[in-house]
Amino acid sequence: MEAVQVKHPALKYYQLGSGGDPTLWCSGCGIGQIWYFTVKAMEELELDPDKVVWVGGSGCTGRMCTYWNHDLMHTLHGRPLGFATGIKLANPELTVVCHMGDGETSAIGGNHLIQSARRNVDVVAICVNNFNYGMTGGQFSPTTPLGGITKTSPEGHRERSFDLCDLVKAAGATYVARWTTTHPQKSIKAIKKAIQNKGFSFVEIVAQCPTHYGRNNRLGDGPAMMKLQKEMSVRVGQAADMSREELKDKIVIGEFVSTQSPEYGEILRSFRPESKESDNA
Amino acid sequence: MEKRLLTGIHLWQGNEACAEGALAAGLTLFAGYPITPATEISERLSARLPATGGTFVQGADELDSLTIVIGAVWGGAQAMTATSGNGICLMQENIGYACITETPMVVVDCQRAGPATGAATKTMQGDFYTVRYGSNADYAIIALSPSSPQEMFDLTIEAFNLSEQYRVPTFVMPDEAVAHMRERVVVPEHVELFPRCKPTVPPDQFVPWRANPETMVPEMAHFGERYRMPVPGLTHDESGRPSASYKVHSAMVRRLVDKVESRADQIARYEALFLDDAEIVVVAYGSVARSAERAVRDLRDEGVKVGFLRLITLWPFPDALIRRAVGRARKVVVAEMSVGKLVREVERALAGAAVVKLFSKPGISLHTPREILSFVREVA
Ligand SMILES: Cc1ncc(C[n+]2csc(CCOP(=O)(O)OP(=O)(O)O)c2C)c(N)n1
Ligand code: SF4
Ligand SMILES: [Mg+2]
Repeated sequence: MEAVQVKHPALKYYQLGSGGDPTLWCSGCGIGQIWYFTVKAMEELELDPDKVVWVGGSGCTGRMCTYWNHDLMHTLHGRPLGFATGIKLANPELTVVCHMGDGETSAIGGNHLIQSARRNVDVVAICVNNFNYGMTGGQFSPTTPLGGITKTSPEGHRERSFDLCDLVKAAGATYVARWTTTHPQKSIKAIKKAIQNKGFSFVEIVAQCPTHYGRNNRLGDGPAMMKLQKEMSVRVGQAADMSREELKDKIVIGEFVSTQSPEYGEILRSFRPESKESDNA
Repeated sequence: MEKRLLTGIHLWQGNEACAEGALAAGLTLFAGYPITPATEISERLSARLPATGGTFVQGADELDSLTIVIGAVWGGAQAMTATSGNGICLMQENIGYACITETPMVVVDCQRAGPATGAATKTMQGDFYTVRYGSNADYAIIALSPSSPQEMFDLTIEAFNLSEQYRVPTFVMPDEAVAHMRERVVVPEHVELFPRCKPTVPPDQFVPWRANPETMVPEMAHFGERYRMPVPGLTHDESGRPSASYKVHSAMVRRLVDKVESRADQIARYEALFLDDAEIVVVAYGSVARSAERAVRDLRDEGVKVGFLRLITLWPFPDALIRRAVGRARKVVVAEMSVGKLVREVERALAGAAVVKLFSKPGISLHTPREILSFVREVA
């Protein structure tokens, strides 16, 4: 029988030679799935890939942009949103998508996050939440749950953790959703809505890091961790009727914000005389 | 729409002249965080930039500001930030990023007395090494130091041109006294601009990080121009792909440094007086050079064989110029507002060819012409 060659649909967007061919991610890691969700969302929206810039920082997640074979900016740990804001202000016709780890989003890059949400700049922020610093070997991050074992919380984490969706909602983001890698269709749909939203969009996708968070907490391999994610997930509507205690070990999934508000670049451009004239006309 | 180039004669503060110089050079986006003594640049641009069709951003801090500037350049903007030493400290990681990504942009550092918050409203020349070596590992930058509002205008344009020509972050670094000084500034009818080094080949033949062997500078495609431009903060090969090989790394690092340092003579801007028969040469820059020039002229009137060298380009440090300028003079006086930074470079460049004496005042109080005059008399 002749071997049938099936090409992966995302291959045409994939850049070979960017490290660890095909990628540097561990087997079972959730990041590759989210790479595909993003490409799929763009394709379903029929975006011109030459008009989409991927921006990443430093971390396992930060490397996602380096496998995108169109315009990309691989920046510094925690800072993708600053660079993305500059790109968008200089050329508003571009779609700018950032992939950021939970650590860089909420620790070192926390100010970029809240300022981007407050400004409502038209940038898509996809936060890959694997509950730890994957790239540096599994230390705790601001999203590590209470009790979570990491390389820097060997006795179990004792600090409170951030709910990043709550945070950006309070700061003014106009699209906010959380899903997990166990929810591919929902994740793709959320990324599509985030791209279409004219303003700051935040999509958190909970992902398995079997190599560090999984191993340190004895949660099993990638598929086992995904199963766990599914079991822990509670829809936002359902969560509304649950007590704090009941929600303790749950991941609340769904759409938290989908609204409209003036976009940052538009506000800045409204100070130009031409736009003042057209306002008057 | 307001005019970008305000041709005519103006009474401007140094910082106002800097803002106008940037507009004359084609500035389309500015992002900065308020800090004394640079704030007037932001304030003026907050009105003038939108009025000329550009974008003014007040960043949430200096990291926010500089990331926005760098991102904007890749989106096609002509961009600048302005700050003081404290802000420069916060910007250092981003400056390294701008160097490895060869991002043309201008950073204005209005120097104030430090360390830390120091004496925020007072003058100093303390950031001489901070702008050159503040970020990690090996790289090169260009830095120009004006000593009048006219030069705040002229050198801001020059800084944009050099940053485009060499694709390197370029600093304009007045001390507070120059930033806040008010003087006559003449704006010409036309300014010469160095165009961005855009691709000369179609996308399928474009190798994004292959440098022109002559200029040592690669061509630059903006995002959205269909060139599939990878902008990498990682060590990269000519295609822009990450690499950790010694060969790729050393070629990249050496080029980043050499494209600037090996052109030090071409980049050197300076002003010299009475060097031909000088037995002693006074070297200074910024506001100190104004006092030094007065002192040198007065000493010449007294018959002292003294020469004057004002450095405008601080980095790459003009070693060859220093050697030529000092020539057969036996002695050199370096006057600077720091405990001694410029003097180290002068000593290194001269390698013992002359005796170098430092007249140091570490900020707040300017060197007066009389003080410099007495110092030179004693050394002579
Ligand atoms: C300024 C700075 N500090 C620290 C680091 C080291 N560092 C690189 S990746 C990383 C953690 C990444 O964690 P996260 O953002 O959650 O991404 P993940 O690797 O888990 O996808 C850290 C601390 C750095 N690159 N830069
Ligand atoms: S360390 Fe964790 S997050 Fe990083 S690639 Fe491996 S599994 Fe993924
Ligand atoms: Mg992480």
